[in-house]
Amino acid sequence: MIINVARKELKSMFASPMGWVILSLLMFAFGTYYLNGVNDYFAVMSGAMRPAERTGVTQFVGQMVYGFASFMVLFAVPLLSMRLISEERRSQTLPFLFSAPISLTEIVVGKFLGLVAFLGILVVFIGAMLCTLNIWADIDFGFILANSIGLLLMVASFSALGLYFSSLTQQPVVAAILTFVALFALMFLDRFFAGDPSNTLASLSLTRHFQSFSGGLIDTADIAYFGLFILTFLTLTVRRLDADRLRG
Amino acid sequence: MNNFTVEAIELTRLYGGREAVSNVSFTLSKGQVLGFLGPNGAGKSTTMKMLTGNLAPSNGSVKICGIDMMENPKEAKALIGYLPEMRPLYKELTVDEYLTIAARLHRVSSGNIKKAVEIAKERCGLGHMSKRLIENLSNGYQQRVGIAQAIIHNPMVVILDEPTVGLDPIQIRDIRALIREVGAERSVIISTHILPEVEMVCDHVQIIDKGKLVFNGAIDVLKKQRIGNKLLITMHNPPSAEAMLKIAGVTEVELLPAGQMRVRFADGAAPAEAIVLAAVQNNWGLHQIAPDQTSLEDVFVQLTYQEQAVAEASIS
Repeated sequence: MIINVARKELKSMFASPMGWVILSLLMFAFGTYYLNGVNDYFAVMSGAMRPAERTGVTQFVGQMVYGFASFMVLFAVPLLSMRLISEERRSQTLPFLFSAPISLTEIVVGKFLGLVAFLGILVVFIGAMLCTLNIWADIDFGFILANSIGLLLMVASFSALGLYFSSLTQQPVVAAILTFVALFALMFLDRFFAGDPSNTLASLSLTRHFQSFSGGLIDTADIAYFGLFILTFLTLTVRRLDADRLRG
Repeated sequence: MNNFTVEAIELTRLYGGREAVSNVSFTLSKGQVLGFLGPNGAGKSTTMKMLTGNLAPSNGSVKICGIDMMENPKEAKALIGYLPEMRPLYKELTVDEYLTIAARLHRVSSGNIKKAVEIAKERCGLGHMSKRLIENLSNGYQQRVGIAQAIIHNPMVVILDEPTVGLDPIQIRDIRALIREVGAERSVIISTHILPEVEMVCDHVQIIDKGKLVFNGAIDVLKKQRIGNKLLITMHNPPSAEAMLKIAGVTEVELLPAGQMRVRFADGAAPAEAIVLAAVQNNWGLHQIAPDQTSLEDVFVQLTYQEQAVAEASIS
């Protein structure tokens, strides 16, 4: 049943130009970064004579592309997640889902997975793009895998938060703005505590948890953080929808 | 084991202390079509939302084929097809895509989805609209898609909130035929403002006003109330009331201007023939005699305003 809701979500994502446009524009931007990265690699490495200054091509280009990607999804996710529930609220299509034999949890998780699957296309494409480096160099697949997992977890967390804000309002634009502001704050929370990196609040920052992935390290603590983040917002969304049923 | 398809037990819904629906109880059996009547804001849609599990009742419970909506919402919802007042259509999809999703979400097994979609389209006259975007369909066709969505999984109970709104007369006739067809083997609940529709389609009627059930019974009861034992007679030389009362069966005579009179007669009596005979013998100049029907609207107004009148009387 969750799969059916997710499929429905994917279908309406691809039924409007919005999905295609965002997907293609983002891929264009990532492609440009990738090409620039390869060019820069030669320029930088030709200047670096000592072995200590040299880095692998995977790390050099990968860090550039994944760093840029994790920043770009900050704009892309709110645009995609805003419609998920608020649009249904506005066009009064929620009763269609509520009167079908599916639970609220299934609806929410289905919608979430639909969006994550859509954004997963991006993650897979970026990974595939970087793997083409293997044609002329010997690249570090583990690094790409760690980064892909990190990016996917980050995108999923963004989606969960976006889904929650989308359930709060009838106006997709309001949902998008709220999501963007909240994500922006969470991303740059650790900047505010730059002087005191051990601060508890700083460790709430999404960027900090992405950092180990971007270095090629899969840390269970970070996976747990993203998992809890997603779980929290999905639960809040279910509760918000349940309140609709109770309060009307 | 009773075979009620829908059981509503003391349904009550509060909105901020105000009772939108209060203490509504009724049952519905297989093969019945129930008409829900009431003025705007009477609580028809709220009741339907509670029946379909879209709204939690403040008090009371709903059972669909014996399954409690609160305890086993999924099983109960699987037995219901619901078309809300605002059609829940995803306008960016085509008719086929939308109905396929509806079938899938309502647990139609994957092998039967295609067939279910075809049947639903055929029943609602949507065959030639398969590949059209719902957005581009006319209002009437969108309504048909809404109905198709509600019957696609062949549910035990079909609940339609104002199904004939925005349709042209021919479409209305088709939809009524469809409702009767579905109602023959399943249960159907429809709400409507159009009173003759209730007489045409439903076997049971409920009139709801200000959240309270003011009438609940078979359509025949309402019909009887409407037809009554009355005759309207027009004559050139009307006789006195006493002369009329002498005719067997006549219980009450009301003289109206312009030679008209309204005659009430006892249950089971049929004084029309005797009146005509008397009129010919006495040269009353009878030129019109017809059963005097109260319109359904009048009955409706009577029923919905009775309560109000009683309430006002008790205040003053």
